[in-house]
Amino acid sequence: MKTEQRWDKLAADTRQRLEAASAYIGAGKRVKAEDTVALLKAVIRSGDRVNIEGNNQKQADFLADCLNKVDPAEIHDLHMVQSCVPLASHLDMFERGIAKKLDFAFGGPQAGRVAKFIREGKIQLGAIHTYLELFGRYFLDLTPRVSLICAYEADREGNLYTGFNTEDTPVIVEATKFRQGIVIAQVNKIVDKLPRVDIPADWVDAVVESPKPFFIEPLFTRDPGLVTDNHILLGMLALKGIYAEYKVKRINHGIGFLTSAIELILPTYGAELGLKGEVCTHMVLNPHPTMIPAIEDGWVDTIHCFGGELGMEDYVKARSDIFFTGPDGSLRSNRAFAQTAGHYALDMFIGGTLQIDEWGNSSTATANRVSGFGGAPNMGCDAKGRRHATESWLKCGQEVPHMADQIGAMPRGKRLVVQGAETFGEGRAPTFVEKLDAWQLAENAGLDLPPVMIYGDDVTHIVTEEGVAYLNRAPDMATRMAAIRAAAGYTEVGLKADPAETRRLRDANIFKTPEDLGIDRNRANRDLLAARSMRDLVDISGGLYNPPARFRNW
Amino acid sequence: MSLETIEFTVAGDGRSVSLSRRAHCGVVGSGDLEVLLEPKTADAAVSVRIVTPVKGFDALWKRVVEHFVAETGLSGLSIDINDNNASPAIVALRLRQALAEAQG
Repeated sequence: MKTEQRWDKLAADTRQRLEAASAYIGAGKRVKAEDTVALLKAVIRSGDRVNIEGNNQKQADFLADCLNKVDPAEIHDLHMVQSCVPLASHLDMFERGIAKKLDFAFGGPQAGRVAKFIREGKIQLGAIHTYLELFGRYFLDLTPRVSLICAYEADREGNLYTGFNTEDTPVIVEATKFRQGIVIAQVNKIVDKLPRVDIPADWVDAVVESPKPFFIEPLFTRDPGLVTDNHILLGMLALKGIYAEYKVKRINHGIGFLTSAIELILPTYGAELGLKGEVCTHMVLNPHPTMIPAIEDGWVDTIHCFGGELGMEDYVKARSDIFFTGPDGSLRSNRAFAQTAGHYALDMFIGGTLQIDEWGNSSTATANRVSGFGGAPNMGCDAKGRRHATESWLKCGQEVPHMADQIGAMPRGKRLVVQGAETFGEGRAPTFVEKLDAWQLAENAGLDLPPVMIYGDDVTHIVTEEGVAYLNRAPDMATRMAAIRAAAGYTEVGLKADPAETRRLRDANIFKTPEDLGIDRNRANRDLLAARSMRDLVDISGGLYNPPARFRNW
Repeated sequence: MSLETIEFTVAGDGRSVSLSRRAHCGVVGSGDLEVLLEPKTADAAVSVRIVTPVKGFDALWKRVVEHFVAETGLSGLSIDINDNNASPAIVALRLRQALAEAQG
């Protein structure tokens, strides 16, 4: 017997919730700041999956604070699904019992509390994801019921302008709204006319003008004044040993001083190596201020950005041949698309790490901090779905001696994944270790797996002050481990290196010292930097770059 | 800031590469160090004196300096280091830069 089945329960439930909230939602979907807590109480139910927009840069901080003000007796056991939990308020709601379960990607400054709460049972951890993986699950089994997002401006109808820092907003809204969910936006200002519409009003249910502008972190700004001679040496090794060797045109630079140093020596050392037009022409990268000298010198054709960077607004606007910008002239960043480009279209990822083990697995986890992953794993891997060929991808693949063990005589390329680090990091903690702290963290926090940022089979090259290890050229694990030991310097791992074996690796071009590469260590000094201070960056940008106050020392 | 002085001697490996003049490299800025290499005539050993604010890394200092001496074959000199939290990578870099200056 066929019973009557309803197929629109979600939509009906949403209508009911919005009716309960109707007293607070005025014309243009506008909600008064003082009614926000009442609004959230009306539209959120215990056990809901809720997203608070917060990536590593912009934060829906006012809405997060308001959600913390609901009574946990009324609303509890929320399942938070969101990129990042960097604000204290993101964790406070677990402390108070409003939220129970967490699926996320990046912990940032709250990483210590995340670990502690997991241990204490205050957080039931779903999983730690990479960005694209989490975004993918928004459209599968982790679709938010209610999303709390942030934008710069809304107009009188509720259209949103996310502008320079669009970042995660489109993917969150798409997943939520098109599965009958509820979208609430905090904006810095309500205006008559937006510079451009990034999110149309009918995808948004309520708009709150926040009492103060949303928090944003200048995460990718590196002061050239802090670049050391050793960063420069590593940069020279990477440029000559890898960029020039493989002619890598399509690159993502991770966060950190090594990649800043590389950016700052492109117009000097890079030009000397004849690399202009041969490397770094297409980049997936936030608007790093340290890219200004290379851009001005004509190195770069295209940059697509995950997010914005404070102070770079006017510079980007004035360089629309390079950056993706909207009809209003301002940057259009989009984390999901930049990650997709990073995953499939790049030839190389280069970034730093905290620890590398003897097999080449690399992790930024420490024993008591669930820091999660940023963008690195999607770019720091060999995307198996890639089918187009480029010179550098083919060369890297051709050098892999055991490719035939997996696919016979069939040719295939390989993404270059480069980890660059000094052999000892902060506080002289060794970078090369016998066992990653990630194992201890997995035990302490009850994780299913040690959180590995980049798996050893994806790492193709390691750069340290000792030289470059070409792991992609190693025929077997024993050789690979020997090459890692050769790169590991005076760490316990490095001390196990057998000089005769390192000699054989050098003869086989699997390990190269600065001298093997013809690099003069005496040139590794700050004279090589195209900009030596924040002030230089401002000058080279023609006054278009406007650094945040804390980076201005003049 | 209390400073610690580490002193030790490294025997040369008999190749007897000696310095013709003194050399100085680096500054005692944060994360950096200064290195002074000076020829001495008294004996063939390499005398090392390190002044550092960081305690507990004597073994690591020895590794870095011994490796430098073994690799270069130097003998009959004194190495003076004034450290301000430099990483082993920077120490190795400055030692080589100072040597290049002394030989240049």
